[in-house]
Amino acid sequence: MKPVFMTYTKKDLINLAVCMFLSVLIIPTFITTEYWYTSILIPWLCLALATIGQQIVMGYTGQLALGAAGFMAAGAFAMFNLILRVPDLGFVGSLIVSGLIAAAFGILFGLPSLKVRGIYLMVATLASQFFIIWMIDKFGWFKNYDSSGIITAQDIVILGKPFTTPLAMYFVCLAVTTVLTLLAMNMARGSTGRNWMAVRDMDIAAESMGVSLLRTKVQAFAISAFYCGVAGALFAFCYLKSLEPVAFDIKLSFKILFMCILGGLGTINGAFIGAAFILLFPVLLNAIGNNVFHGAIDATIISSIEQVIFGGLMIIFMIYEPLGMAKLWENLKVSLKSKLSSSGTKSLKSSAQKSE
Amino acid sequence: MAYERKFKIGKPILEVNNISLSFGGVKAITDTSFNVLEHEVRAIIGPNGAGKSSMLNCINGIYKPQQGTVSFRGQQIENITPNIMAQMGLSRTFQNLALFKRMSVLDNILVGRKLHTKTNFLEVALQLPKVKKEEKLNRERSEEIISFLEIEDIKDTPVGKLPYGLQKKVELGRALATDSTIILLDEPMAGMNVEEKRDMCRFILKVNDELGTTMVLIEHDMGVVMDISDRVVVLDYGKVIGDGTPDEVRSNQKVIDAYLGVEH
Repeated sequence: MKPVFMTYTKKDLINLAVCMFLSVLIIPTFITTEYWYTSILIPWLCLALATIGQQIVMGYTGQLALGAAGFMAAGAFAMFNLILRVPDLGFVGSLIVSGLIAAAFGILFGLPSLKVRGIYLMVATLASQFFIIWMIDKFGWFKNYDSSGIITAQDIVILGKPFTTPLAMYFVCLAVTTVLTLLAMNMARGSTGRNWMAVRDMDIAAESMGVSLLRTKVQAFAISAFYCGVAGALFAFCYLKSLEPVAFDIKLSFKILFMCILGGLGTINGAFIGAAFILLFPVLLNAIGNNVFHGAIDATIISSIEQVIFGGLMIIFMIYEPLGMAKLWENLKVSLKSKLSSSGTKSLKSSAQKSE
Repeated sequence: MAYERKFKIGKPILEVNNISLSFGGVKAITDTSFNVLEHEVRAIIGPNGAGKSSMLNCINGIYKPQQGTVSFRGQQIENITPNIMAQMGLSRTFQNLALFKRMSVLDNILVGRKLHTKTNFLEVALQLPKVKKEEKLNRERSEEIISFLEIEDIKDTPVGKLPYGLQKKVELGRALATDSTIILLDEPMAGMNVEEKRDMCRFILKVNDELGTTMVLIEHDMGVVMDISDRVVVLDYGKVIGDGTPDEVRSNQKVIDAYLGVEH
């Protein structure tokens, strides 16, 4: 299909319009409970953004990295300090600079990817996770010498207007996520993405075509960390509304990794699907526990069941559909279409027979 | 060959001087020298394990030979890497297929346009007008190559799903997309049936004839080699045992003994 606008085909533009219609008009009109915004929609957008970052380095460039939460912490604390110390930058400016600071860490911790690969790289990138958290804990300056351990995030003010209600914060997250997702899609579909995937699929051949492994890998790590950094800042400012290094521990990194794998490696929409699944699944289990079993099952058991099901799903997906839920969705659409068209031809045939 | 060539065979473009390569104690190549002339079709033949692929890997910078030098257009190249050679205008295909399996045929060939892509990731992310212009040119060139290789009907298929013969064609296409002055083909016809081989020969000669691209190929099929190449170098146990036109090589006793076997 020929792109109509930027890299987008007509179908993409329709999808985009539908998504925008749903998220800008339908959701704010019909969802009025604050719970949905503060506990589901806002973290979903933030984590989907971080998962796009993970997708870029892992799904597209094929570098097994584990440390997204570290870069998120870097972004979050950079944001806190920028708003505190450089107020002239404004919210949007601080957000971009926080992303860039996270990207600098991405470059630093992406360098091992030139020498090690696979599971060894995963161990090497874990260093970023621990180093960044340690650094923030160790030097009081990052926390503005706050002794309580938990710092309240500043209010979001854009162009003099406060964005403090859940709905307003939702729109901030939505705007940032939409812009960055579109940029990521442009990169993934353009020459940049082709270089990433070439490095992923066959690095020696990529190099023989003039793709520099050094530049491509480091670039992917930097962009990935930028996305994670911005996501981390939004996560802290819109969702947690506080800053504490513990929120960005290794568990969050694993969560993002799972979102990436379950959603579908090497897809952008998979980032959203994976994040939604992992966020909503515990909510669903709780609802089942409360409504079907009327609280007969203990909450701790439910959370254990959740772990078991996640583990099982990971294994099942790895074996049967390594391309994840995005691929399942794609298959479903194809099979529906073929069913529709085959029933269409059947009815045509039958009408043709009738006319005979 | 009787017909008039558009691109006359010229001066040496690639020279391999006294290359020696060993893996641990195993000598793959010993003191090997030969040259490749501009616009010619040059074949490297030899029995299994003669060091043919290792030779290509040395030229392309994947292996670092312990001794010897490679010169391109009379200029000796230090610290050869695949990337540097690609920038100098040398492209290649691989013996065991090194395609980007999850990408479509078109995307594979577009990666070959990498060195003709000057825009950076930020410009691509923002889709500036110059990115679109460049992408359009690269796509046009890739489509040209696709129709040249007669693979239009599979251009959107992921390469991993294609049969072997077609994958070999795509790999040739990717090498062509670089617009290199010299292309190294590592067994371009291995595992193909007669018809596919004939097709591949046609493409190799057509590229050489129409674009003047210098072709260096490794091949097992003696008939094919003798038909399409201007000059042949024969390796055995990592050493050159014959070098010359197909007729000269065919009548070289050493070559007959080592490779063709004694004719009965």
